[in-house]
Amino acid sequence: MPPTIKFEALAEDALLLRFGERIDIELNAQVQAATARLRQRLPQLECVPAYASVLLRFDLQHWPGDNPHEQIQAAAGAALDETSSTIAAVQDLVIPVCYGGEYGPDLAEVAALCRLDTDTVIARHTAADYRVAMLGFAPGFPYLLGLDPQLAVPRRTDPRQRVPAGSVAIGGSQTGIYPEVLPGGWQLIGRTPLRLFDITANTPSLFAPGDRVRFQAIDEGQFHDLAAANPA
Amino acid sequence: MNVTVIKPGLLSSLQDAGRPGHAALGVGRTGAMDPSAWQLANALVGNAGGEAAIECTLTGPSLRFEQAAVIALTGAPITARVGEHSMPMWTTCHLPAGSVLHLGGMASGCRSYLAVRGGFHVEALLGSRSSDLHARIGYAHGRALCSGDVLPIGATAPLPGSPAGNDVQPLGWSLDPQPWFDFAQRPLALLRGSHWAQLDTASQQLLFGGKFSLSKDSNRTASRLDGHTLKLRAPLELISEAALPGTVQLPPSGQPIALLAEAPVTGGYPRIGQIAAVDLPGLAQRRPGNTVCFRETTLDEALMRLAARRQRLTRLLGTIAQRLEHR
Repeated sequence: MPPTIKFEALAEDALLLRFGERIDIELNAQVQAATARLRQRLPQLECVPAYASVLLRFDLQHWPGDNPHEQIQAAAGAALDETSSTIAAVQDLVIPVCYGGEYGPDLAEVAALCRLDTDTVIARHTAADYRVAMLGFAPGFPYLLGLDPQLAVPRRTDPRQRVPAGSVAIGGSQTGIYPEVLPGGWQLIGRTPLRLFDITANTPSLFAPGDRVRFQAIDEGQFHDLAAANPA
Repeated sequence: MNVTVIKPGLLSSLQDAGRPGHAALGVGRTGAMDPSAWQLANALVGNAGGEAAIECTLTGPSLRFEQAAVIALTGAPITARVGEHSMPMWTTCHLPAGSVLHLGGMASGCRSYLAVRGGFHVEALLGSRSSDLHARIGYAHGRALCSGDVLPIGATAPLPGSPAGNDVQPLGWSLDPQPWFDFAQRPLALLRGSHWAQLDTASQQLLFGGKFSLSKDSNRTASRLDGHTLKLRAPLELISEAALPGTVQLPPSGQPIALLAEAPVTGGYPRIGQIAAVDLPGLAQRRPGNTVCFRETTLDEALMRLAARRQRLTRLLGTIAQRLEHR
């Protein structure tokens, strides 16, 4: 196991495997690879990847004895030491987004903050390759890495009580999509007609950690056609 | 068979063991805030699996049972009556068809559990019937129960020796609530959190020696603790990572927040402590204004106490099952 990886005891049934303390695409790639490896080798652990760490949560009844944390550290360390490569199932997703107007009410403000025109903001937002670093905040909410640094803007000083479902937003150096109507302080630049989360579906979340994502600009007519084809 | 909600109570929701295993998709566990009380309520009605029960908060609901039912109440001591009969807690009780059960206030504590034989059989989502009020997952999109809700009950064989009469009939024995409901409100055992060392010295001492009180602004997601403002030696810029029930976080306001059953799956505040799992129900049973104190514990002690409590609970569940079989 690389010496830079550290275990932190979080709770009786939880350990954190820490890779670093930064938001960094390379660090997160290590997190996703380790998550895939651990899920394959130690399926009895629940692995929850984040930007630079993986939570390992376990059922104490599966790890009897006085020191379950030591057993799990040893087992996880051995799994990560194996040289065989693990191929994580990663999706490539293209997310259609209607930018600006009522769909992205903060687009003009974001453009002003970035000293760009709105078309350039859209062009840069759709040009980048993103990775789903983790899901959190709400079921199916993807935190995406890969935002053009020129588009990083502060969160709103007056957070909204109701951000519409599908809103594509920028918060600091991160970009993400609100799966449901939620309160939120990120700047809304557009909206996707896709449904991100359906708990009754076999695969409830459109996104999984590690997925590759691109955005594609669509117009209002396309938005309504796609929304009709993806009813909530 | 159905149960109709006549009055919902302050905040009543269906809860079972929750929805583990989906945090990577942003779906939290949720589940009963006082898991042993929930488990014992199920055991008392002879539910083998982890059936959903109603978790009541401070004031319970009024419910109409269309058919005869076998029910049990555990957790915080709550007033319960059916017509003229007051219904005892921590025992198995037969209700005749058409009974209206009125649950009232709690003498102490914050959460009571009502289980019915067969369980509340609303649609299971990702393997659980628990309501996640925050993420709006569960019965009626995860909202609290409302007047007029009709809750289906699962089909089961009658409990051996069930009376057929028209009277409310509790069993002749009941459990001792004492080990399962903490009237004494003891200090909660707390492990040092990842960022405990970054608290200033005074705050380190306050965390383990100070008296906090539970804020009104507390819910199933978190308990906010009033009384002392804690400070870090220097501000910490952290990136989001996994969050857990029992974690005591310190947001910039300096008011500690203890995450509970509906904890978000990720968080970015400094983690100054982790409440021992065995003491979490003790926090879930505090009501706004109650005192909250912490004492320092170690991982070994926390694991030992948890294992001991689980052993004791497993034994008791076995005993209850036997007594129900052979009465």
